[in-house]
This record gives sequence, structure tokens and C-alpha cells, in this order.
Amino acid sequence: MTKIISVPTTIAAAQKMLKNKEITALELTNLFIKRIEKFDDVLGSYLETSFDLARESAKKLDESGDFSAPLAGIPYSLKDVISKKGLKNTAGSKILENYVSPYDATVTELLEKSGAILLGKVNTDEFTQGSSCENSALKLTKNPWNIAKVPGGSSGGSAASVAKHLGLFSIGTDTGGSIRQPANFCGVTGLKVSYGRVSRSGIISYASSFDSIGPIAPTVDCVAKVLKVIAGYDKKDSTTLDISVENYSDKINGENALSDLSGKTIGVIKEFTDAEGFDINLKKSFEDTIAKVKELGGKIKIISLPLTKYAIPTYYLLVKAEASTNLARYDGIRFGETANVKNLADQYTKTRSEFLGEEVKRAIMMGTYTLSAGYFDAYYIKAAKVRTLIKQEYEKAFTEVDAIIAPVTPFSAFNVGEKTSDPLAMYLADIFTVTANLAGICGLSIPTEKVNDLPAGIQILGKAFNEIEILEIGSVLEQKYKFSEVRERELV
Amino acid sequence: MILKEDIIKVAGLSRLSLTEVEIENYQKEFTRILDFFEVLSEVNTDGVEPTAQITGLKNVLRFDDINNFDSEKLIECSHQVKVKKQVAVAPVM
Repeated sequence: MTKIISVPTTIAAAQKMLKNKEITALELTNLFIKRIEKFDDVLGSYLETSFDLARESAKKLDESGDFSAPLAGIPYSLKDVISKKGLKNTAGSKILENYVSPYDATVTELLEKSGAILLGKVNTDEFTQGSSCENSALKLTKNPWNIAKVPGGSSGGSAASVAKHLGLFSIGTDTGGSIRQPANFCGVTGLKVSYGRVSRSGIISYASSFDSIGPIAPTVDCVAKVLKVIAGYDKKDSTTLDISVENYSDKINGENALSDLSGKTIGVIKEFTDAEGFDINLKKSFEDTIAKVKELGGKIKIISLPLTKYAIPTYYLLVKAEASTNLARYDGIRFGETANVKNLADQYTKTRSEFLGEEVKRAIMMGTYTLSAGYFDAYYIKAAKVRTLIKQEYEKAFTEVDAIIAPVTPFSAFNVGEKTSDPLAMYLADIFTVTANLAGICGLSIPTEKVNDLPAGIQILGKAFNEIEILEIGSVLEQKYKFSEVRERELV
Repeated sequence: MILKEDIIKVAGLSRLSLTEVEIENYQKEFTRILDFFEVLSEVNTDGVEPTAQITGLKNVLRFDDINNFDSEKLIECSHQVKVKKQVAVAPVM
């Protein structure tokens, strides 16, 4: 008789089943593979699957019987900008459609060592530039709560797949909200780590001084367990810092775990709640979160960060400048697609014009313009100075509060095709997320409740390298809202 | 309004070829986006150092050790013609 086993919905639940021998690693892997085969034709989250490899690794694990590694047997996916040797790494772009990674990213190596089982690579906006996954040149990913809606972006494949339980976690990247916003649109948990907390080695860059790598997972505890594995200094990424990695999951679950928020001072940014175009229902939901923080014994402090007004222009000016230089390597010579032309300069031009998408070309043009002689000081340097001031504003705020709670997006997930025509309107929608990347701090996006018939949530912002603080606060709020129950009821 | 010549110049520097329609669209779009960036001139940044590295790390050095890596694997990534473990490119001129 075959066992009928329901799919575990958290890493801890899966680990318990593996430990008690209720399920083998191979059975667990097959459960997720079956779900991908059943649901992903419609959802479109995976760009490439690695099922044979996954089954092989799971079998090996079962044969060894050793499940002591921190994520042994846990199935996961990688955003398709993170290198896995032998698998494609497309960045959602035509120019890399057939590019196969010759090596592993550091995070991939660490996850493999931890025993996690890779199911495949998931969709992203092209070169991670976008907020809806619609900029992917390879696939359209939909929101599992309503397939007429976008999943958010750029880590849209990660968020959609995790929400539908097509993997127990996914690694995404966040340059200006690309983990927190799709996690928010899809009702899952996403962590943007502090800049320098997780190695960027082996990951295709968008804007190198902003990019951060982090997990999207069903719960705060899942995120904490993955963070422990991927965080830390890496000699291959000289911007990582040698700051100790804590046992995040033990801390939020252990004897001394927070039971409420008493003693915590939580900031609320005035300029965020007053923002123009903030959906009225989402605003009400956010006010309800403030009330819940108070119920839980937390002290709310309204803070004013007047430079918020300049965050979007500062952010877009700097990231598009950095992107334009990072994208110079796609010349058709060393890797990627190539156009057939007789002369080298024409070959660069034809390859790039033919295989790069609209938003990526816009970034290259905009960045080249603002970095060109005569404009460099007025645009790039000016914005880099404003960035310094924004960073200082946050540093000062964190002397007054333990953490900040904020909305993640000004509106709920929108319809596919609704917003792509106006780039400036898309940029403005990132108002609540970009400041964390400008300041290099960490942010945790957690789902709270359904609003406008779609998931809504908040983010908790913390001081640089103080991930534990936002995970602790997030865990308390998560237990208050219990949104996982809603997701499991509707999507599993 | 940003000049057509400027867009063409930037496209050349970017190694991108644009159609007439794209050039016109960029003229309109860039004018709007650059106007939007203009707001930064309101911020007083006298004496402020620009930030390009947010954690303040400076001059991270390492030994120039040889890291064994299969160079053929890298060359395989190229779609160009390969001659004697090298990538052949089109003539420069």
C-alpha cells in the first residue's frame, strides 16, 4: 500500500517528518516535483527544472541516513541569476537564454553543503530589473492567488513558487525591493539582508553597491534557518563583512524567544504613511498593524525622515548608472548569444540591440547618459551624496527606535499588462522599499492578512547586520496574524 | 527637451542601435525622467562625501594566489569560433 502523505508546509515540519522516518528525502522531493508538474504549467514560475539531479541527491541522502546537515533533504529553488554549475543562468534575458554556468555561486555551494535539494531555477525580470516579472523575456509568471495578477518582481518566480508550495524556500535578490515586494504580493516571507551579509559571488549583478541576496520562504522561521546557512564572510566577495552569524532560528524559538513586543520601540515613518497614491485599504491594514504592535506591548514612535522624498530619484539614478557598467560585459564575445556581423564594433551593437530587452536598454542608455563627461558630477555624484545623507538619516533613526515597521507596496498586486507602459509610474511604486538598499540596512517582509482579495503585509526594517532583531519582531507579529493558515487553506 | 543628437551619441557609447521611433521615445522619456532627477538639486550636499560603498570598507586586499580553474570551461561559454583554446573575434575594422 502506498503511503498518503500531505506536503509539509515549513522547513521544520519537513525536518520532523524526515527525522521520524515518516518520509524519505526521495519521497519528499517527489512530492514537490509532482506539485510542480501539476501546477507550474499555469503558474510559470520555473524556467528550468533539475529533477534528475534532485532525485539523485535525495537518494544519496537516504542511503547515507545522515540528516544532521542543517537543511538536509529540503527542496528549494534559485532565482535564475544565481549560478549552479551545469544549469542555465539566463537572468530572464534572451542574451543569456542558452548560457550554462561553468561554476557554482557561493550561496549555491553553501546550500548544497547544507543538504538542501535544488529543484530548479525560477523566473525573474530581465537582469532583475522590474517589479512584476513581466520584464522576463522568457516566461510570464502569474500570481498564485489570482492568475490575472502579477506575482511582483523581480524575484517573482521565487515568491510565486514558494506561495504555491513548489519548494520550501527560494533564494532571490533584492536591489530595491525585489525580494520584499514579490513576497508581499504572493503572501510569503522575504528577507532583504544587510549589504555585505551574504556573498554575491556567482550572482549576476544589477547594481553592485545595492544588490543583496536572501531567502523567500513560507515563514519567518524558514527564512531564519536558510539565513544561518548562507550568511557570512566569503573571500570571493570582498564586500562581505566578517561579522559573526547567529543561530537565528534557535533564538526566535528558544527559551528566551520574545513572547510579545514589550520593551521594544518601533518606528513608523511619517513620510511613508502620508505617501501619495497609498491604497486606502492597505493604509487601513497598516494602521491595524500599528494597533497590534501596541496590543503586543510595543511602543510606537512616529519618526520623520524628510529625505524620503528624494529616495526614488537617488535610487534610480545610481542603480541605472551601476547597471549600465555591469551590462557592458554582454558583448556577444565571451558568453551569451551573438549576432553574426563582419566587424567587431558592429557585432557588439547588433548583439546588444537584438538580444537585450526594453527596460535593460533603458537602463544602459540612462546610466551611460548620467555617467558621461559633463553630467557625471551633476547627476551621479550628486545622487551619491544624497545617498550619504539618507544613510545618516536612517542611522539617526535607529538610535531612537529598535526597528521600523512600514508598508511594502502602495498597492496590491496589479493585473498583468496593467502598468508596464509607463516606466516612471513603475519606479514610483518602489517608494517603500528602495530606502533600505540606499542605506544598506536589512528588511523583512511578512504577510499579514488579505486586503483587496489579495495578500497584504508589512516590512520590518532593522539596523545593518541586526537581522536577528527584525526576525524576532517578525516572528511575534507572524504568530499574531497566522497568515500561513490562510495560505495553506487556499493554495496547498 | 533632450536633443536627438544626444540620444544618438549616448546610444553609440552604449553600443545600441535605435530606430527613429525609439530615438523619439527616448527623447520624450528621458526629458521626463531627467526632470524627475532634477529634484535632487534641492538637497544641500555641501561638504557631504558621496557614498559608493555603503558599509565603509576600504582597500580590501588579498594575495594574488593562483586559483585553479578550468579555462576550457570558460571558453566553452563563448559562441564564437575557437582556435587553439582562444576565442576568435571579427576584425576590429
